[in-house]
Amino acid sequence: MRTAGERPGAPGGSADPMVPRPFRVTRRRRETADTFTLDLVAEDGKPFAFAPGQFNMLYVHGVGEVPISISGDPADGTRLVHTIRAVGKVSAALCAMKRGDLVALRGPYGKPWPTVEAEGHDVVFIAGGVGLAPLRPAIVHAIANRHRFGKVIVLYGARSPADMLFAEEVQRWRGLFSMEVDATVDRAGPDWLGRVGVVTKLVERAEFDPAHTLAMICGPEVMMRFSVEMLTRRGVAEDRIYVSMERNMKCAVGFCGHCQWGSAFVCRDGPVFRHDRIAHLNAIREL
Amino acid sequence: MVCAVNKHLDARLLDPAGADELVRALQRRGFSVIAPAIEDDIVVLREYGPADTLPRGYSDTQDGGSYRLTRTGDDRLFAYAAAPQGFKRVLWPPRQTLYESRRTADRLEILPVTEEPKKLALFAARACEIDAIAILDGVFDNGDFADPGYWARRRDAFVVLVECGRSGDTCFCASMGTGPAREAGFDIALTEIFGNGPHRLLARAGSERGAEVLAEIAGRPATAGDADDRNRMLAEVAAAQARRMPADVAAILAANPEHARWNAVAERCLTCGNCTMVCPTCFCSTTEDSSSLDMSTATRARRWDSCFTIDYSYIHGGAVRASARSRYRQWISHKLSTWHEQFGRAGCVGCGRCITWCPVGIDIVEEANAIAASSA
Ligand SMILES: Cc1cc2nc3c(=O)[nH]c(=O)nc-3n(C[C@H](O)[C@H](O)[C@H](O)COP(=O)(O)OP(=O)(O)OC[C@H]3O[C@@H](n4cnc5c(N)ncnc54)[C@H](O)[C@@H]3O)c2cc1C
Ligand code: SF4
Ligand code: SF4
Ligand code: FES
Repeated sequence: MRTAGERPGAPGGSADPMVPRPFRVTRRRRETADTFTLDLVAEDGKPFAFAPGQFNMLYVHGVGEVPISISGDPADGTRLVHTIRAVGKVSAALCAMKRGDLVALRGPYGKPWPTVEAEGHDVVFIAGGVGLAPLRPAIVHAIANRHRFGKVIVLYGARSPADMLFAEEVQRWRGLFSMEVDATVDRAGPDWLGRVGVVTKLVERAEFDPAHTLAMICGPEVMMRFSVEMLTRRGVAEDRIYVSMERNMKCAVGFCGHCQWGSAFVCRDGPVFRHDRIAHLNAIREL
Repeated sequence: MVCAVNKHLDARLLDPAGADELVRALQRRGFSVIAPAIEDDIVVLREYGPADTLPRGYSDTQDGGSYRLTRTGDDRLFAYAAAPQGFKRVLWPPRQTLYESRRTADRLEILPVTEEPKKLALFAARACEIDAIAILDGVFDNGDFADPGYWARRRDAFVVLVECGRSGDTCFCASMGTGPAREAGFDIALTEIFGNGPHRLLARAGSERGAEVLAEIAGRPATAGDADDRNRMLAEVAAAQARRMPADVAAILAANPEHARWNAVAERCLTCGNCTMVCPTCFCSTTEDSSSLDMSTATRARRWDSCFTIDYSYIHGGAVRASARSRYRQWISHKLSTWHEQFGRAGCVGCGRCITWCPVGIDIVEEANAIAASSA
């Protein structure tokens, strides 16, 4: 929590936490048919610090604003990286951005991945689909600070080989002696020689010491649920399993109400939650 | 129950005409005074104009799904209960422009839209209403973020409390612990005493500036007997409330997310969202984007939203709360249960508006009691 004086929009001040600042697209990469990664640089030149797992609200002129996780290197304060899948109006407009185009954004928001708590543990990252994007800063951080962790394991599931994000980088991670990467797809053509099946299979097989493991999971809710089940079955403590939740968000600062999940405001209390603290919410449908 | 120890000024007695004098004294100090008025057979809160006087002789009958303004045949000032809309409208307007985005060949400019803050006086806010404002204060300054527009209107707002001399038919403030008496959160408090000695207003100051304003109004010191009359009247008002929220409702709702009653209420609920639109503590909002024809200027605005809409919980693939059952459960559970974990208290002040303005007369107290009666 910030002190009263530096709070955006504090009663004493006038800055509105709902008002974003302009950023310029400096690079656009195509990840898959519908997913693109944008590099953004602040027009005002001010550095941007964030923690892995946090997100920004990205505004497209006249179109709207959506929450998008930061997918870049947390050690790089000059360039913000976002990986966006086009599923609707605003996300499609973001994906259509070209180099030189302008967006406006505000953030960073939300509780980050437990990168400090993970130190000294085997760390298992479990990603489904675009869920790899919010995990990438934590993985990059783990690689850069490799000595602080036990084993580093990335388990990634995608719909098909063509739907895998950061394909080259994942290949590079796979080539490192210091970490293990396993990937699987739901379905594939004959030229895919990798695994086919659900990501929980990878969790079942991965080699880590359950008593000293911390897991971070991001992907569709069912995939996260089954991954948690498999991890606990293998003996990983519920208070060392973290998931990142997605809910409708119109403000990210606790004002709009949309992201509520039980008593949690996903924007402020999440999006990263420790599993044992939300297991009771998971059990209730349509909450 | 009530004791009127006042650190600023001893209680004073005003003639009924003192209420309008008080409004004008506030106007002389530069306040834009938002006060009750009668429009289209309902009580509304609007800026008190030069030709206005406070309505006299009005009351109302309220019940599940019905509201009717009535005449009392006397000149009581405050015999009506909660108006359809509270002061939330003033402090947190239904539509607020957030910013304008201007795009030129190589630039994007984001220009915050800030209105010139008015000096507001909220006149004749009932106890529950002031409690609702205290709740909104906590929402719009949550420790990490505060809304500057809300606080520009709220920070120096002058608050005149009116303690209710009659309980509305759907009120249940007593069991929520929010009314009808109140000892803090106002600059001036008025209690109308009628039918017991002369028609008079007992006035108390709750702040230095309240004491200053009150000193300008013709009046006389109140006696211990007047204070007794007030206490007795407020105790009667509280006792007259038939609706009572179960004391442990927060825990009961938390323990019963799958109660059969949710299905029963969903069969009646139209998911129209009326309840959320009249509730003085509902704070949800959504955003709206519009732009000029040539797309050079775009405006982003915020407007009230309701957890009863299907879009409210939409994430791609579908709404999280698709069924009416889950949306009603969300609303009432938030008001009465999860609010405690979020803000340390209930989100309901017992004003009864959601009961009165529900077209099918769904009653939050009845629903809570039904679940409590057959709690898992
Ligand atoms: C904390 C958080 C982090 C996210 N990170 C990423 C990311 O890194 N990459 C990415 O591609 N997507 C991410 N999303 C999902 C992304 O926000 C939605 O895809 C996006 O809001 C869809 O908006 P739209 O206008 O394109 O789609 P539409 O279908 O037109 O959406 C209409 C409205 O519904 C809401 N909405 C729809 N889908 C979602 C959703 N899945 N989550 C939240 N609100 C939704 C939005 O308010 C949107 O304005 C994240 C969501 C959250 C909550
Ligand atoms: S929930 Fe109903 S009774 Fe409670 S404060 Fe809101 S409108 Fe009033
Ligand atoms: S409870 Fe009544 S007022 Fe509220 S949404 Fe349902 S039908 Fe509308
Ligand atoms: S996104 Fe608005 S309250 Fe969380």
